[in-house]
Amino acid sequence: MEASLLLIQLLNGLQLGILLFLLSAGLTLTFGIMDFVNLAHGSLYMLGAFICASLTQLTGSFALAALLAVPLTALCGLLIEMVVIRQLYSRNHLDHVLATFGLILCLDTIAEIVWSPAGIAIALPDILNGQLEVLPGVVVPVFRLLIIAVGLLAAAGLYVLVNHTKLGMLIRAGASNRTMVGALGVDIKTLFSGVFAMGAALAGLAGLLVAPIAEASIGMGNEIIITAFVVIIIGGIGSMKGAFIAALLIGLIDTLGRSYLDDVFKLIMSNEAAETAAPAISAMLIYLMMAVILAIRPQGLFPASSR
Amino acid sequence: MKKLLSNALISAAILTPAIFSPVIAADEVKIGFVTTLTTGGASIGQDQEKAVNLALKHIDNTMGGKQVKLIMADDGFKPEVGKQATDKLVKQDDVDFVAGYIWSHVLLASRKSVLDAGKFLITANAGPSPVAGKLCHENFFSTSWQNDQTPMAMGETLNQKGVKSLYVMAPNYAAGKDMVAGVERTFKGKIIGKDMTKWGKDAQLDFSAELAKAKASGAEGIFVFYPGKAGPAFIKQYQQAGLRDVLPLYTVFTVDSLSLPKLQAGGMEGVLGSVSTQHWGPDLDNPANKKFVDDFRKDYGSYPSFYAAQAYDSILLIKSAVDAVNGDLTDKDGMRAAMEQASFDSVRGEFTYGNNHMPIQDFYSRTVVADADGNWTTHIDKVVLDDHQDVYAADCKL
Repeated sequence: MEASLLLIQLLNGLQLGILLFLLSAGLTLTFGIMDFVNLAHGSLYMLGAFICASLTQLTGSFALAALLAVPLTALCGLLIEMVVIRQLYSRNHLDHVLATFGLILCLDTIAEIVWSPAGIAIALPDILNGQLEVLPGVVVPVFRLLIIAVGLLAAAGLYVLVNHTKLGMLIRAGASNRTMVGALGVDIKTLFSGVFAMGAALAGLAGLLVAPIAEASIGMGNEIIITAFVVIIIGGIGSMKGAFIAALLIGLIDTLGRSYLDDVFKLIMSNEAAETAAPAISAMLIYLMMAVILAIRPQGLFPASSR
Repeated sequence: MKKLLSNALISAAILTPAIFSPVIAADEVKIGFVTTLTTGGASIGQDQEKAVNLALKHIDNTMGGKQVKLIMADDGFKPEVGKQATDKLVKQDDVDFVAGYIWSHVLLASRKSVLDAGKFLITANAGPSPVAGKLCHENFFSTSWQNDQTPMAMGETLNQKGVKSLYVMAPNYAAGKDMVAGVERTFKGKIIGKDMTKWGKDAQLDFSAELAKAKASGAEGIFVFYPGKAGPAFIKQYQQAGLRDVLPLYTVFTVDSLSLPKLQAGGMEGVLGSVSTQHWGPDLDNPANKKFVDDFRKDYGSYPSFYAAQAYDSILLIKSAVDAVNGDLTDKDGMRAAMEQASFDSVRGEFTYGNNHMPIQDFYSRTVVADADGNWTTHIDKVVLDDHQDVYAADCKL
């Protein structure tokens, strides 16, 4: 029983990590390549969720809605990049933070006007609402397995794109030395728009995968964006590999902390003290880990080279 | 010199309405209503606003022969914003009553502004223990409950159902701890697992790890308190984890008329048959409630939530006070005495006020069912706590 529970919790941690990866992939790209701090990345995650929720209601099919929502979120990202973000590249980080914070407020309000503040639930087909016995005694909700599968596929796709295509080469080059890439005659403007839209698509994908678990709601992105920043800082800014490993690490640590910390504490202190301390410490755990990793490796685990 | 003169004239022009406004105000009853009209909590505030407007419609917008002027204010789900809104109502608008308040922390931040100004404060939801105990005040009234009471009713319900072991989950903040303490106070079985999850700005909405633990614990039931959007999120994951047949669900302030339509739209049958406790329900059988629920559904197309029911009652309570003094708003003692009688037709049926001006009322256990039209709603099973008074009343010196 104990082993199967541990396995379930590991799967839960993996699933959380993969969602975090999808969100932080776009963030680390925009931060790494364009040197742009985008606080509003979480709003794209929210847009993905709301667009998918509306399309599910419209078409009656979650799969179809999900397929349409990803390019639509990318399109929203492209529009935002062209209208707002593009004007800000030459400014400093403080201006980025101010402008994208304003963007969060605007997008949250637009979402509130379009979709009402109540939030929307997404109805899943019965098969996705069910459970699957992966191993004897290890029963996992089907939808959580789907998140893991989709996330791993997206990660594999990104790996191929970044490491084995011309576009990927430019992205990696951009992360290492932006000015030089521009000097070599690469159309930086288009590259930036493309990368931003790709980040938006990934954020939208994460959002539409979360929506059937929680719901599409105003401000859902602001709740998770802090964790995504922790991921890219631990992973090394601009590094896709770093983001992937850091996301899984955080997903696992957070989940295992929530699962076992109170039992561990009960070994060394009274039950009552453990019950009070465990939730507080497990909420802090990922930040503690960030502090430790930054103390040892200030550049993060896998910094993009020569930054 | 000329400039100085014109400045003086302008200031005089600005000041004039302020000087004369109390004279105009005497012809009307001013009520400020503080609730959440923006952020994710706005659906609760909007439900309360609907109920307040319905109450004013039912009483022809008249109290003690005077017209009612309603001023809605938004607390933005934040104590500091709620306090600012309250200050404006008290100082600038000079209202006679301030009502509303969904959140305990907003109420605690705002209460002093109202009470120090000598105005009446009526909470239409929040019921933190201090305002019922040490911080009770002669001008403070509640049309809801004290936080601990509803989970205490749940503990009693669990005893009656013969549940011997329980897994408990709630958010890790003041009200969450109150709810857990409440159920622990009356539940006689064993609590074999407890998770207090992260709450606040980056609240935890993914409960996979906790649900796996709960299932493995082998408890006979799971008790949760997840208000707002965390509620539907929890119930979905509860169903997706396949716990409906393994681990029966018992909730307080989690399943309500705001979350049920969303759960139904999401096909979350897991919530059907789950049990919750409350002092009120849309099917509670009394004439005032029937009128309220029927008209609410006619006007707005949905069942009112308990937040709405309490907001409706707050307007009727104020009316009973103003009627009793024939609209003489300077007669504070007369209005207070009238409110202490709780003589209006409350949608919860008859109740009385305790020394701390918190209701002494019945609490019911309710099951989630589909109504005749197929809409999901709650059905009252029976009274669990009869004329129940909160435990903090003894600390109140009134």
